[in-house]
Amino acid sequence: MSDLFLTSDPGCPSGLAPPETSLASDFSAFVRQKDGLNTITLSVRGTKCGGCLSKIERTLKALNGVQSARMNLSNGKLSITWVSPSDANQIAESVRALGYGVSAFSEDKTAQSVKSEERGLLISMGVAAFALANIMLLSVSVWGGHGEMGEDTRQALHAISGLIAFPVLGFSGRHFFKSAFTALRHGHANMDVPISLALVLAFGVSIWETATGGAHAYFDASVMLLFFLLIGRFLDARLRRQAHAAAHDLAALQNRSVQRQRSGGLIEAVRADAIAQGDIILLAAGERAVVDLKITDGVSGIDESLVTGESLPRIIGRGETLYAGSLNLDHPLQGQALGSTSDSLLSEIGAMLEAGEQKKARYRQIADKAVALYVPFVHATAALAFLAWLSLGASIHQAVLVAVSTLIITCPCALALAAPVAQVVAAGQLFRHGIYLRSGDALERLAEVDHLVLDKTGTLTLGTPALISEHGDELYLAAQLARASRHPLSRALVLAAGPGPLAERTTEHAGLGLEGYIDGKWFRLGAADWVGAPESEAIGGPSLWFAGEGTPPTHFRFEDQLHADAVQSLEALKQLGLDIEILSGDRRDAVAQVARRLSIQDWRATVTPNGKAARLEALQKAGKHVLMVGDGLNDAGALALAHASLAPGGAMDISQSASDAVYAGGLSSIRTVLSVSKRTKSLMLQNFGLAAAYNCIAVPIAVTGHVTPLIAAIAMSASSLIVTLNALRLNRRGSE
Amino acid sequence: MNVIVYLIPVAFGLGALGLGAFLWSVNSDQYDDLDGAAHRILDQTDKPL
Repeated sequence: MSDLFLTSDPGCPSGLAPPETSLASDFSAFVRQKDGLNTITLSVRGTKCGGCLSKIERTLKALNGVQSARMNLSNGKLSITWVSPSDANQIAESVRALGYGVSAFSEDKTAQSVKSEERGLLISMGVAAFALANIMLLSVSVWGGHGEMGEDTRQALHAISGLIAFPVLGFSGRHFFKSAFTALRHGHANMDVPISLALVLAFGVSIWETATGGAHAYFDASVMLLFFLLIGRFLDARLRRQAHAAAHDLAALQNRSVQRQRSGGLIEAVRADAIAQGDIILLAAGERAVVDLKITDGVSGIDESLVTGESLPRIIGRGETLYAGSLNLDHPLQGQALGSTSDSLLSEIGAMLEAGEQKKARYRQIADKAVALYVPFVHATAALAFLAWLSLGASIHQAVLVAVSTLIITCPCALALAAPVAQVVAAGQLFRHGIYLRSGDALERLAEVDHLVLDKTGTLTLGTPALISEHGDELYLAAQLARASRHPLSRALVLAAGPGPLAERTTEHAGLGLEGYIDGKWFRLGAADWVGAPESEAIGGPSLWFAGEGTPPTHFRFEDQLHADAVQSLEALKQLGLDIEILSGDRRDAVAQVARRLSIQDWRATVTPNGKAARLEALQKAGKHVLMVGDGLNDAGALALAHASLAPGGAMDISQSASDAVYAGGLSSIRTVLSVSKRTKSLMLQNFGLAAAYNCIAVPIAVTGHVTPLIAAIAMSASSLIVTLNALRLNRRGSE
Repeated sequence: MNVIVYLIPVAFGLGALGLGAFLWSVNSDQYDDLDGAAHRILDQTDKPL
């Protein structure tokens, strides 16, 4: 067992908060090199104004070798290009010295694909807007010159409109055609099928009309349709990108480099995703494991609260498995990366995540239900109108025109906007409350919730204990020893004692405690038998003993701290009529205590990850719509399986990606999410109601053959506008 | 009415100019940091022209 002297610890001078982030982060692992230029992207926290922006940029540009530094104030990304002699750690350190939080940022593939999709939609929208403006210019002349304009002029204007519309329809319409084609190939219809059909038919009929010198061409209608639909699509894509970026940013706070031992014994800093199975990894005290490790050397206490929910440290030694997400507390460890072997916890949870994803994919959104009703209705109406006109003696030409105009005017423009607009407004509102929605359709599931399942450690409690027993001078003596340790109980002791000196010759013994000298006298702090105290009365909760030369044993008692707003928030949630239960992997007495303080009757302790998932399945089978809130790796499966799920910002990134929203604020966020999602759902239903009402008016006009391109243009833009304005009401009511 | 032979291409050209400007602004990342751009304009470190 190696002793570790921590007197050179670079911690906070007051001893109140030992820095976690600066310990194991080697930024050089995140540098990209090209043509002798180094580039790094940093995620900077705490930038609020233009002053921050110029302060950071100016400081960095003054560094030797830095060629460019550009700070993005909207998303907090700082990208720096430099040549030697500066290095990445020096650059990061100079930003940190300015008083900002810094972590390395590595863009993931999903973010890039979502971003390029959003950009593609924006460009398509711009192209459609350009075409719409030009075609409208010509169409308005045709409508205005009705009865006066010569037939040749009209035909020429129609032809020019067609020439503009054709390439635009192909370019901007590809988003819908592709999606409709994929859906049809898999044998089902989505909203893009009627959209594509209406676009193609409107265009086809217009070409025919133009060629035969007809009075009405629908080029304007088809491009307008495209433009409105692209607005909805773009809003949807932007919402998903923002949600993804926000969640990814929270996860990036945990971006660390990993120390890997090369074959020659040389130690290098690499990114977590560069680690392969079998690599030898060194885990310093205070470092969090990013991969599953089989320990090959060292014994240390580890904090597994993010993995299992257990709030007290456990001792781990050679041959044992250390799961990703565990925090090494006191002694350096060496281990072999396990990768995703079948016995690792991650692969087990991965299977649960997949099951959850499939389940969520089967969830039918309101929009899907609306389309299922809408498609057969509209297409049957158009077909009936065609047959009716034919049987009443109209020409085929006339009957086709009526049928096509029915399809155009009922094209689900408002329907396609109804859900995304409401979701975007709601997501914006949640964003201001520090809640990042991962997908728009999650709002519908959140609105249906009637049962709340909460994890304990990290969700209801802070996961850090606090001293609850009263003490005199012993506290200040014990704190002198405790300052040398990262053990959660030692930290709680230091926090209670405040700033002060460190004992001499302090050594830490994994699983036992600390010993050292204060004013020449020998003291020990730790477990009862280590200190020599009587293993006595079983008082619930974690505790520490302190004793030494001439000092009788003192007992320090601790308690897992609740989040500041826990009691209040839970009370408010109970008033909403939700059934609330706690599902924790922690010990019985710890969970019971929290449940008692929050007056929750229904609680379960020492639940395994599989047990959590099983409980969730049982609840869903009983017809409950469960909202799961959890942060640990052990919650990930349950989060994925739940009807809806939330994760706090400090959660493992696997848990964040398994949940529907991530919140940065306190537990009161749960109530905010629920009330916003309920309002959004009712607004979405209203919007679908408005879209249906619009069709009730539009369809009779169309089937009786009264639709002209002018009427189609007015009706379509009016319905889209009404739906959008209705969704914006959410903002007004929310601010009240 | 022959004037529309010129006017329509002119209108079209002006629109195309606007579209070109829009595409350029999108492709040169000008919508990436709207908050930063709002503050950058007030930054006085630029040298006078």
